[in-house]
Amino acid sequence: MTKVIDFQTDPSKYRHWKIEYDGPVANLFMDVDEKGGLFEGYDLKLNSYDLGVDIELADVVQRMRFEHPEVKVVVMQSAKDKVFCAGANIRMLGGAAHGHKVNFCKFTNETRNSYEAALAESGQNYICAIKGACAGGGYELALACNHLMLTDDSTSSVALPEVPLLAVLPGTGGLTRVTDKRKVRRDLADVFCSVEEGVRGKRAVEWGLVDEVFPNSKFDEAVVERAREMAAASDKADVEKGIDLTPLERRISEGAVTYSTVEVSLNRDENRARITIDGPDADAPADMAAFTKVGADAWMLRCARELDDAILHLRNNEKELGLIEFQTRGDPARVVAHEALLLDNSDHWLANEVLQYWKRVLKRVDVTSRSLVAIVEHGSCFAGPLAELLWAADRSYMMLEEFDGDNRPLATLTMTDGNFGTYPMGNDLTRLEARFYGTPEQVQTLKDSIGEALDAEGADDLGLVTYAYDDIDWEDEVRLFMEERASFSPDAMTGMEANLRFVGPETMETRIFGRLTAWQNWIFQRPNAVGEDGALQRYGSGVRGKYNMERV
Amino acid sequence: MLDLINVSYDTQIPNNVGLSEDKKVLKALEKWHPGYINWWNDLIPQNFQDSMVYLRTAVSVDPKGWAKFDYVKMPEYRWGVLLAPAVEDRKIPMGEHKGETAWQEVPGEYRNMLKRLIVIQGDTEPGSVEQQKFLGLTAPSLYDMRNLFQVNVEEGRHLWAMVYLLQKYFGRDGREEANELLVRSSGSEDAPRMLGAFNEETPDWLSFFMFTYFTDRDGKMQLESLAQSGFDPLSRTCRFMLTEEAHHMFVGETGVGRTIQATLEAMNANGITDPYDVGKIRDLGVIDLPTIQKKLNLHYTLSLDLFGQEVSTNAANAFNAGIKGRYMEQRIDDDHQLQNDTYPVTSIVDGQIKTEDVPALTAINMRLRDDYVRDAAGGVGRWNKLIAKSGIEFELKLPHEGFHRQIGVFSTVAVDPDGAIMSSEEWMKRQDEWLPTKADGDFIQSLMVPCYEAGKYASWIAPPKVGIDNKPGDFEYVKLHMA
Ligand SMILES: [Fe+2]
Ligand SMILES: [Fe+2]
Repeated sequence: MTKVIDFQTDPSKYRHWKIEYDGPVANLFMDVDEKGGLFEGYDLKLNSYDLGVDIELADVVQRMRFEHPEVKVVVMQSAKDKVFCAGANIRMLGGAAHGHKVNFCKFTNETRNSYEAALAESGQNYICAIKGACAGGGYELALACNHLMLTDDSTSSVALPEVPLLAVLPGTGGLTRVTDKRKVRRDLADVFCSVEEGVRGKRAVEWGLVDEVFPNSKFDEAVVERAREMAAASDKADVEKGIDLTPLERRISEGAVTYSTVEVSLNRDENRARITIDGPDADAPADMAAFTKVGADAWMLRCARELDDAILHLRNNEKELGLIEFQTRGDPARVVAHEALLLDNSDHWLANEVLQYWKRVLKRVDVTSRSLVAIVEHGSCFAGPLAELLWAADRSYMMLEEFDGDNRPLATLTMTDGNFGTYPMGNDLTRLEARFYGTPEQVQTLKDSIGEALDAEGADDLGLVTYAYDDIDWEDEVRLFMEERASFSPDAMTGMEANLRFVGPETMETRIFGRLTAWQNWIFQRPNAVGEDGALQRYGSGVRGKYNMERV
Repeated sequence: MLDLINVSYDTQIPNNVGLSEDKKVLKALEKWHPGYINWWNDLIPQNFQDSMVYLRTAVSVDPKGWAKFDYVKMPEYRWGVLLAPAVEDRKIPMGEHKGETAWQEVPGEYRNMLKRLIVIQGDTEPGSVEQQKFLGLTAPSLYDMRNLFQVNVEEGRHLWAMVYLLQKYFGRDGREEANELLVRSSGSEDAPRMLGAFNEETPDWLSFFMFTYFTDRDGKMQLESLAQSGFDPLSRTCRFMLTEEAHHMFVGETGVGRTIQATLEAMNANGITDPYDVGKIRDLGVIDLPTIQKKLNLHYTLSLDLFGQEVSTNAANAFNAGIKGRYMEQRIDDDHQLQNDTYPVTSIVDGQIKTEDVPALTAINMRLRDDYVRDAAGGVGRWNKLIAKSGIEFELKLPHEGFHRQIGVFSTVAVDPDGAIMSSEEWMKRQDEWLPTKADGDFIQSLMVPCYEAGKYASWIAPPKVGIDNKPGDFEYVKLHMA
């Protein structure tokens, strides 16, 4: 797979989704182009999807929030007859390398989360109208919507047939949302997840798998009506017009990916990448009117989009770069000021959207299976949202005192109000709460330092960085760390980091990215699924998977 | 001792499966029965329900004399549960279990697959009765009316047969599915029948004949392959259904043949030789041959769609599991496992119709469709002989398999009856040449006037060569109830 997977798209390029806007209601139609697969070797039949379909969906969801803030209810539905969605394309999964499967599942999970959370984050409610077969990933697509309507035509059903059919799990949140979100009784969930054909009609409502069923002849009308009602009852503020998410400025070359505020340099010899973020080069817009006018060019939004794309690019196109190093450059006071405009106006729709977007981008960093290190050099601007990267990273190193021949401003670190609640992790803790899980009083203490440009000594004293090194030790220590990291097994690293990053309470999100994904990825390695005689490999051949019956 | 050849009428339901000793299933069936009777009563116009129809009733499964003929009111018809006699020590004929003893109980791992196949088959049976419910009102003769009702009651019995399997072997799920079979109904917006062809209208008698010729023949092919099933009760059920199905196709083939015959006779009597002189021919009260061709095109292609996707995982699974075989499985000279074989399948590559070899297991549907095409060609040949004998120059043809398709590889391209791919605009422009138009339908409808006098036939259809049960030409096949 030498082809670069590009996560940037726009409506003019969509092949799989169509949207009809009707005031506060948007009708989102899944209409997968069979021949539009991202790779060769499979047809996307029956509205089955691959990563390409999901990249478009993620774009739809993102643009819905920024470009169409007038939309209060999005009705997800199928444009195809007799089928809602058959789930992830099995041939694609069967043919894909393990790494691709894992990245595919991770991205689809993130996309599901993003439209599921759109209601809580900005009042945009995704509901789902299911007509025809809705199986596996198709039902998972539906599960991430907040209101599910099913037609009662004596044929249409919802199903999670992965276990009986493919010997894998409904791993895009399926198992977790059935129990944690839909709160289906666990024995019924057990039945539901073991029957290929799923559950239809009134029983689907009784079991809690969907919210409503309607007779087929009334279905379309009922859906329209329900969408209208929900839009009318929405407390989302009316916004007349959104902003355009203009194309990113991006250059991909052999050794680098360069954006306007983000530079990714690829060090393939040493299996690592450096992401350098440039802080704002101008003062913050005066007010939200000014910010809205600048729109996608505003630093806070532009930087988030670029960082988001950079992370996705590294995850999917640079799989051997096991260490990501975060650096920043610029004036920390300006970062603070740009963030402050949004924090001070968080009831403004666009301020809210941009801050919520930062939250999602930072979560994407959290679940990235690479070693993450923040390198706080002189001249850097780790403040507010950028400071979050320090605590998202597995370790951080900070320059202490003046370095010989280095005339950049001394390295500092600045906490803002944003660091105390604006960007929670998937476990609903702020990164500072997670960091000081054993000493919650420390988080209170830290609040006294909000707005202060802490030098290395101060940051070290407060426990905000792992190490602070002076000119004498710096180069060796950083080099040793990187060399050591590069020598460890990537599998053990991924496992260790994923465990250490998320302390404390479980949420549905951590259960999906932790428990469900880990089990799924284990199964994805096992011969019962992916061996030559495994169910996934054999699917479609007519010959059943051959299982090793030993319980492990 | 259970008499497995003679049907026991000691319960409400005639059967040779020892129902009276199987209290659980008997109870389930008796529970289902009222719903079924309601379905039947609501379906067919009342005066026909009250009429005496000369029907054959299956009384035994002995191939030498399994049916008896008598007058019966349709709601009193004894729909029974009849399985062909068991073959001693029968083995599973194909798939990964080939050679193992056939299953008398459902294997747990295949329960869902089996249930789905039985439900789909079961769903077609009442579907066609629903499609044909008003045809009695325009019957061209009492003979034809009797044939219609015969087909209808037997389709009803086929539904019973499938319901029996569901209730006997599939527990609560099976009972629910049995109920759903009465909930879905042809053409319904709320709960249509599962397969497209069973939701189309059967607006006139020529459609009925085409349907029984082409669509019942799909049924035959499906039953033939289910008759191979390693699940023995299904195999035995389907084998017996096939004996009845043969009559349905007879009704279709002779019905179309007699329609053609009437047209040929009228043309010859009036000195018309040009089969395309449509106006003049229609004035004679018969259906012109080009219109018959269009009807053929329509029903044939709808029936092809019933075979599903050419390359199908479900079909492969069912074959490999030993649940559904191929047409004449026993006579095929191969290993009956197909793990390494290939089969040629049509595909569209860069806008051209191509053939490519795919794993034979996945091409089970394609193969069955190929067998169907051959089987369907037989009657068309006999119709053409009638035409040739009359001296009129015309030949009926089965259109290309890619023509007018909604399912499978051809569903994405527009193909004319000769197999040429064209733009869909062009196809739309020309479809009236190939498929019945509204005007064609109106004309046929204008001929659909009832002819209820014993021994008399509507203008557009010739009398049959021999009567049912060797009855004479003026036999009163239906004693109509006069309200
Ligand atoms: Fe039948
Ligand atoms: Fe039939």
